Amino acid sequence: MTIEVKNLVKKFGTFAALDGVDLKVDNGELVALLGPSGSGKTTLLRIIAGLDWPDSGEVSFNGADALAQGARERHVGFVFQHYALFRHMTVFENVAFGLRVQPRAVRKDEAAIRARVKELLDLVQLDWLADRYPGQLSGGQRQRIALARALAIEPRILLLDEPFGALDAKVRKELRKWLRSLHHEINVTSIFVTHDQEEALEVANRVVVMDKGRIEQIGSPNDVYDNPATAFVHGFIGESIVLPVDVADGAVRLGDRPLALAVDGLSPGASKLFVRRHDMLVGPPGSGAFEGAVQHVRTFGPVQRAEVALFGGETIEIDAPRDRELRTGDRVGLEPRRYRIFAG
Amino acid sequence: MGLTLSWLSIIILIPLAGLFLRSLELSPEQFWNILSSRRTLNALRVSFGLAFAAASVNLVMGSIIVWALVRYRFPGRRIFDAIVDVPFALPTAVAGVALTSLFAEKGWLGAPLAALGIKVAFTPIGIFVAMIFIGIPFVVRTVQPVLQDLDPEIEEAAGSLGASRLQTIRRVILPSLAPALLTGLALAFARAVGEYGSVIFIAGNLPNVSEIAPLLIVIRLSEFRYADATAIAVVMLVVSFVTIFAVNRLQRWAQNRVPAR
Amino acid sequence: MTMQLTDAVALASPEAKARAHAEAARKNLRTEPPAVRIAIISAAILFLTVFVVLPLVVVFAQAFSKGILAYLAALSEPEALAAIRLTLLVAAISVGLNLVFGLVAAWAIAKFEFRGKTFLITLIDLPFSVSPVISGLVFVLLFGAQGYFGSWLREHDIQILFAVPGIALATTFVTFPFVARALIPLMQEQGTQEEEAAISLGASGLQTFFRVTLPNIKWGVLYGVLLCNARAMGEFGAVSVVSGHIRGETNTMPLLVEILYNEYQFVAAFAIASLLALLALITLIAKTVLERHLDEGHEPRDH
Repeated sequence: MTIEVKNLVKKFGTFAALDGVDLKVDNGELVALLGPSGSGKTTLLRIIAGLDWPDSGEVSFNGADALAQGARERHVGFVFQHYALFRHMTVFENVAFGLRVQPRAVRKDEAAIRARVKELLDLVQLDWLADRYPGQLSGGQRQRIALARALAIEPRILLLDEPFGALDAKVRKELRKWLRSLHHEINVTSIFVTHDQEEALEVANRVVVMDKGRIEQIGSPNDVYDNPATAFVHGFIGESIVLPVDVADGAVRLGDRPLALAVDGLSPGASKLFVRRHDMLVGPPGSGAFEGAVQHVRTFGPVQRAEVALFGGETIEIDAPRDRELRTGDRVGLEPRRYRIFAG
Repeated sequence: MGLTLSWLSIIILIPLAGLFLRSLELSPEQFWNILSSRRTLNALRVSFGLAFAAASVNLVMGSIIVWALVRYRFPGRRIFDAIVDVPFALPTAVAGVALTSLFAEKGWLGAPLAALGIKVAFTPIGIFVAMIFIGIPFVVRTVQPVLQDLDPEIEEAAGSLGASRLQTIRRVILPSLAPALLTGLALAFARAVGEYGSVIFIAGNLPNVSEIAPLLIVIRLSEFRYADATAIAVVMLVVSFVTIFAVNRLQRWAQNRVPAR
Repeated sequence: MTMQLTDAVALASPEAKARAHAEAARKNLRTEPPAVRIAIISAAILFLTVFVVLPLVVVFAQAFSKGILAYLAALSEPEALAAIRLTLLVAAISVGLNLVFGLVAAWAIAKFEFRGKTFLITLIDLPFSVSPVISGLVFVLLFGAQGYFGSWLREHDIQILFAVPGIALATTFVTFPFVARALIPLMQEQGTQEEEAAISLGASGLQTFFRVTLPNIKWGVLYGVLLCNARAMGEFGAVSVVSGHIRGETNTMPLLVEILYNEYQFVAAFAIASLLALLALITLIAKTVLERHLDEGHEPRDH
């Protein structure tokens, strides 16, 4: 099932939750909607599911207008952030719910329903919990039951809202891997919402980065990390050093120091220079575009994190390999191996 | 603390113990004879039967009122919300005379009903009406907070799984409200069974027909037939104990059915 | 041919599409069709109007049915004045007693762990679930002529039944739960830390109570007193059983309403009733205001 979203606009009062969003998701993809809270990602997911309607714009599934259908008819599996399990039903009945409420004409018989639920509980590896109530389960177990329940209706699309948001760090890591392999197994077009970049980069085939109701970038995990399209993406994904610079007369300046950096294609004016911490190569003084004095060094694992006061006024944190020990007071030259300059 | 316990026992325990001691002075035959007399049986039947019927009406109408108050916005909603408490606050004697004059044959509602051939005041229907009046806040105030706190996501989940609105209400919402609904029913029932002030004016108080058990207690007292009064009171007391006990169990069951998330 | 073409275009027109979308959105998950919605709201309003609003209105309509002069005359009858005085006296006694003991009971339950606590809570709730007639009856069985203390009381010439002490006692019994019930959850929520802090700073038990505990629960106390008072002034069944209906002596306002009504003095009966109804309305308004204060008190108290 392909999903196509065109020029979607949704306002809550004067706040634009979605401000002209276009997106195409191909059959069998696993896409992450990544952004800070208030970026519109959950609103987009709810509109695709039929839980909300846009003010304008289009949503189509395999080319057919989806907005003319309610959530009930769309056949979309939705996994809620807090799972929304039915507390008065056993795990078994929760999973069976979507099968039991089907119109009589197409409803499976009891034996077939039982078999299907069993199969789904096996799939999420929780068949031994069938007779428990949701209140007796751990967060990770509830998450998987919610997923099994959504899969019971054989959805054309699977949507997950912050699927790991309410779980503790360790469970979250396990479930990420599990979700990837599950998607591989069932191969349903899936979109999940997250504010956690690590989650998006690790799980998804494609990442959609959103901010303030707009899509900032769509790309593979490597793409959005290595080639951020906008200042927002660079700042949001991965840890970046951000320096206020000035582009003028064919040169880049930090304060009043000109930097030996290429200026091709940059428009003049106040700009921001983005560098990944580990992309600042440390050398002897005079060896790079920047120069500064080491203020403070901490080491953990394979890297040392140094605080460097640049000549020109800014203090930055860099990650350097431990082959050359840095000490407080060292003067160093820094060369950005890879960097981006964005206007503004 | 010793003070608390002694105060409690003076004001609550001793009187109730007195009641049970009194009833123990009766031989089982005496006790049985009092209870199985036609008038007592009829009074108990009227009280319990009509109280149950009224509580059932309250269950249905209370649910509708709660749904309207919680889920919809309409002009005057806040005022109607506040008005639900009137039967709690209005002295029962006032409610009694007001309902009687409203439903009497020449009353605002009694007249049109009489034209339809329905007589409310001074018949068992009058008792039923007064019991409905007195019980309505119990259902509304127990169910309202539960519906307010109900997670909207469970309805969305049911809908996205293909359930129709009716299926969602029947299979998801109603079961979630069930403990509160049953608690409200039990509280309304307990209150209606014991109700005196708002019922006796409109009841007609015809022995065997429209005489409630609390009134029969009062009548037996005024005839100095204390044994009779005591026996009836003990039966009613036992029923209220059982009802409170059931309500407490219900609450515990509802809590056990799951911490929120 | 051309006709068909334009039709097809019209079907796919933005307006038609928008209409289909709006239709689908209207059938959204958490609402009912407009007709159902209107039916439910109408049923709720109709029911509340018939069963709650109209009885309230009829009280005032009847009270003023012969004009305001007749109304005032009815209220200034000596009988009416005596009933009002007695009602105020009884309410003052029972509210006072229940305030003190409700505070102590709530304190004991909220701040200490002891055996029989659940039993104590059930005991406090009991008067709510017992028929008011039975509440009156138990006092007749204790203090009546044939009661357990009856002969002793007669020997010492103490009149409890059919006199003010009996009415006050029965009223106190019936209104016992209000103050304690209002305070227990409040005091439980506030815990014991602030009191412990005060004591560790050298405050005495009483100082702690008046300077730390009481300010924290003042709205709750007021709430309990309000409801306790409303019930005390309006109690009918229990008082009716113990009062003996002695005119001008043991008639409270609700009892006088009954007597006047049974004597077909409708204006007088409803005039007294209107005062009680007014009390109920004022109580409800004050309750709403207090509930707002209590809700504010629920803001985080972690600091």
